[in-house]
Amino acid sequence: MASHPSGMVEKRGAGLWLTHVLMILGVLVIFFPIWLAFVASTVTQPEIVRPPMPIWPGDQFWENYKAALFSGVNVPVATMLLNSLIMAMGIAVGKIVISLLSAFAIVYFRFPGRIFFFWMIFITLMLPVEVRIVPTYEVIAGFGMLNSYSGLIFPLIASATATFLFRQFFLTIPDELAEAARVDGAGPMRFFIDIVVPMSRTNVAALFVILFIYGWNQYLWPLLITTDPEMNTIVMGIKQMFPSGDDVAEWPVIMATSILAMIPPVIVVVSMQKLFIRGLVDSEK
Amino acid sequence: MEKRVTFRGWMLPLLLIAPQVFISAVFFFYPAGQAVWQSLFIPDPFGLSTQFVGMGNFEYLFGDRHYRASFYTTALFSILVTLASMIPALFLAVLADRLIKGSGVYRTLLIWPYAVAPAVAGVLWLFMFNTRVGVVSWYLGQLGYDWNHVLNGSEAMGLVVVASAWGRISYNFLFFFAALQAVPRSVIEAAAIDGARFWRRFFTIVLPLLSPTTFFLLVVNVVYSFFETFGVIHTITSGGPQQATTILVYKVYSDGFVGQDLGSSSAQSVVLLLVVGLLTVLQFKFIEKRVHY
Amino acid sequence: MATVTLKDLRKSFGPDEVIHGIDMEIADGEFIVIVGPSGCGKSTLLRMVAGLETVTGGEVLIGGERANDKEPMDRDIAMVFQNYALYPHMTVAQNMGYGLKIAGLSKPEIATKVEAAAELLQLDGLLDRRPKQLSGGQRQRVAMGRAIVREPSVFLFDEPLSNLDAKLRVQMRLEIKELQSKLGVTALYVTHDQVEAMTMADRMIVMNAGVAEQIGTPMEVYETPQSLFAAQFIGSPAMNVLDARIEGGRVMLGDVAVAETGKRAGPVKLGLRPEHVAPDAEGPLAMEVLLAEPLGANTLLHGRLAGTEIAFTASLQGVHLASHGGEAMRFGVDPVDCHLFDPETGHRL
Repeated sequence: MASHPSGMVEKRGAGLWLTHVLMILGVLVIFFPIWLAFVASTVTQPEIVRPPMPIWPGDQFWENYKAALFSGVNVPVATMLLNSLIMAMGIAVGKIVISLLSAFAIVYFRFPGRIFFFWMIFITLMLPVEVRIVPTYEVIAGFGMLNSYSGLIFPLIASATATFLFRQFFLTIPDELAEAARVDGAGPMRFFIDIVVPMSRTNVAALFVILFIYGWNQYLWPLLITTDPEMNTIVMGIKQMFPSGDDVAEWPVIMATSILAMIPPVIVVVSMQKLFIRGLVDSEK
Repeated sequence: MEKRVTFRGWMLPLLLIAPQVFISAVFFFYPAGQAVWQSLFIPDPFGLSTQFVGMGNFEYLFGDRHYRASFYTTALFSILVTLASMIPALFLAVLADRLIKGSGVYRTLLIWPYAVAPAVAGVLWLFMFNTRVGVVSWYLGQLGYDWNHVLNGSEAMGLVVVASAWGRISYNFLFFFAALQAVPRSVIEAAAIDGARFWRRFFTIVLPLLSPTTFFLLVVNVVYSFFETFGVIHTITSGGPQQATTILVYKVYSDGFVGQDLGSSSAQSVVLLLVVGLLTVLQFKFIEKRVHY
Repeated sequence: MATVTLKDLRKSFGPDEVIHGIDMEIADGEFIVIVGPSGCGKSTLLRMVAGLETVTGGEVLIGGERANDKEPMDRDIAMVFQNYALYPHMTVAQNMGYGLKIAGLSKPEIATKVEAAAELLQLDGLLDRRPKQLSGGQRQRVAMGRAIVREPSVFLFDEPLSNLDAKLRVQMRLEIKELQSKLGVTALYVTHDQVEAMTMADRMIVMNAGVAEQIGTPMEVYETPQSLFAAQFIGSPAMNVLDARIEGGRVMLGDVAVAETGKRAGPVKLGLRPEHVAPDAEGPLAMEVLLAEPLGANTLLHGRLAGTEIAFTASLQGVHLASHGGEAMRFGVDPVDCHLFDPETGHRL
């Protein structure tokens, strides 16, 4: 029947205002660490080491960010950003490509070993990289892939989540489409490229958002295999900027780096919010 | 479920599936097998040869006071992280669900922390509670409370819990919010007509209807706190003080890479593997359960 | 048991007014049907009485007391929803007893009342089931049961039968009506189905675009529709409406005089119910039959008025064997069955 935009039940007057006030308080509390990091990235070192530090931004924005981006501590942050970008893109694109292919094979063909491979992929769902770090490290070292992009990317490409997501989706593609393609004389690869891939666009985009953030936020793996600062990713590189021993950390530069480290994933999440939420809900099913 | 219409041929599908199978084999099955294999041996002190010890590494592991302590630490840590991330998230989701206008704006702001890597979150919280420059620790000092997570194990635990839970609030919020939006309006209205006021409706109608989501989030958050919080712990406490925040994953790392004790580290990996398996089974049970309503 | 009074009741969503002032006095124990097409505001009207929508203008009185600012739970009403809105995690018994439990009744009291209602609704053996395990008709009954155990003063129904199949709908229609008269509770019933309105209502409100076009008993609405909308919405098949004019005390359709009338000369809309025309070789209405639909008890003839493009439908008793179109027939019509409406306002003349 008629829509009820206000479908009310106690959503008016003072209660509504209280709800807004509580919500704003909640957002402020959640946001506070990010705000503080931003403030710290715009003031001078002396202002920070003499607590309490200011609560509003200072005038050192350009100086601190320039220092971080082009000099950094061990290595310019710009280099680490580039490494992170390559790693995140590599993981997202790599996972999507191999998953599309294998899901297509599993759904649209009957071939010897199909069930075996299916379970083989399925089991990898259960193995976070943290569980097998030592032997995986040895494999990468054996291949001479330490301090390389391929070493950063490949071990994290192999996960079953994306394959399962695509499999679920392919199963919902009407059989008539494959029949029509066969009647039209299209082979399997033609069908894949002309029909299946275009139909999967939204799923691919949603998954891309999730995987990009997954790749960008990796910490343990780059920490293990990038001993050369030139290969550090930004998320793991921040920790490397802290001095060992009793020296005082260069907080403004570290905080500027933290802000830089969160900007790309935040942009992706906020600008592709709808896709992101959809990808999140789908991939956790 | 299977497709009725398929294509013929077996070369092409094998070719298509090969990349994933290859990568899984090289980077999953081989290392996982290695972990299991190595867990049965101990290397000699010079790393030149190994000796088969069967269950020896495991016996040693569970006989180790530190390892048992790490189990306890992990359990405590994951319970706290799960609660600290789910309860505020549910609260915020209930608030957002009550608002028709503006909930989109709040949601946009609330999902930010999800995008922040755990390791970066660790740095942010470390900065706020730093014993020398931290704003929060300074104000606590003004109030007469001497905050020092570098020396105090409980404070260290509290800090890594909060830093780990922080980004998860966003994640849980999104799921709770979606679940709340999916509760049929008319069921809530029926309860209102039946005389249930807001909190009564919440506890007797809404919360039971959210239970599939709640259960799912419980499992997912436990998995998160087990495996994905490494970055937080490494940046804030490095497992200290006196191993007060050494969770199992951190111990695999510190024993394997820092301590170079491959046998023990591998045995720990195998134990973790079993834990993951258990959690996965739980998750599947949940999927069956979800069909219920 | 209570009266319900609506005084110039209005509702706006932001700047858009969707209910434009409705006045009505509902007597104790009366069965009122609110009927109209989708989006006419009938559900909104009901939800304002329930307290689920705020009232933006006018007043709702229940049992003589102003209810505008009362919470739904304080209005002594019960409501049956279109999708039943059963609590999916509770058994049938828990669903029906939920309101009583909140009201603070003891367990034995609740059990007694729930069992009594279950017996009345033939739900006896189903009390331990969950809503998922019930058929559509059973769920409908549970929703009714939940409403009656609380012994409210007013029952509100929001299209309660629209999710049932046709046969069950007829059966439940009778059951609801029977139950209501047995309990003697005032009822407001929203539907888009004019058959439900005709068969169940003591009085009905015909609504269109947020306005009550007519309030009256089913026969009043059928026999003397007060507007073109009410005339066409009630009755099946719908009334034929033809452009006509009044000249010298006669209703003229083109050059043909259809009936005598005392109304003022000028253009009018002439409404003729298909079932009110009778075959008459001398009759004024000439129709070219294009299609006959034999329904058994009667036959519908669809066609147009001879020599025009004006569509016309007639409903004849019994079986009428028509040719495959093109057949010409003539009809006569009783002057009392001619409904005349102002072409500008749509009001009955």
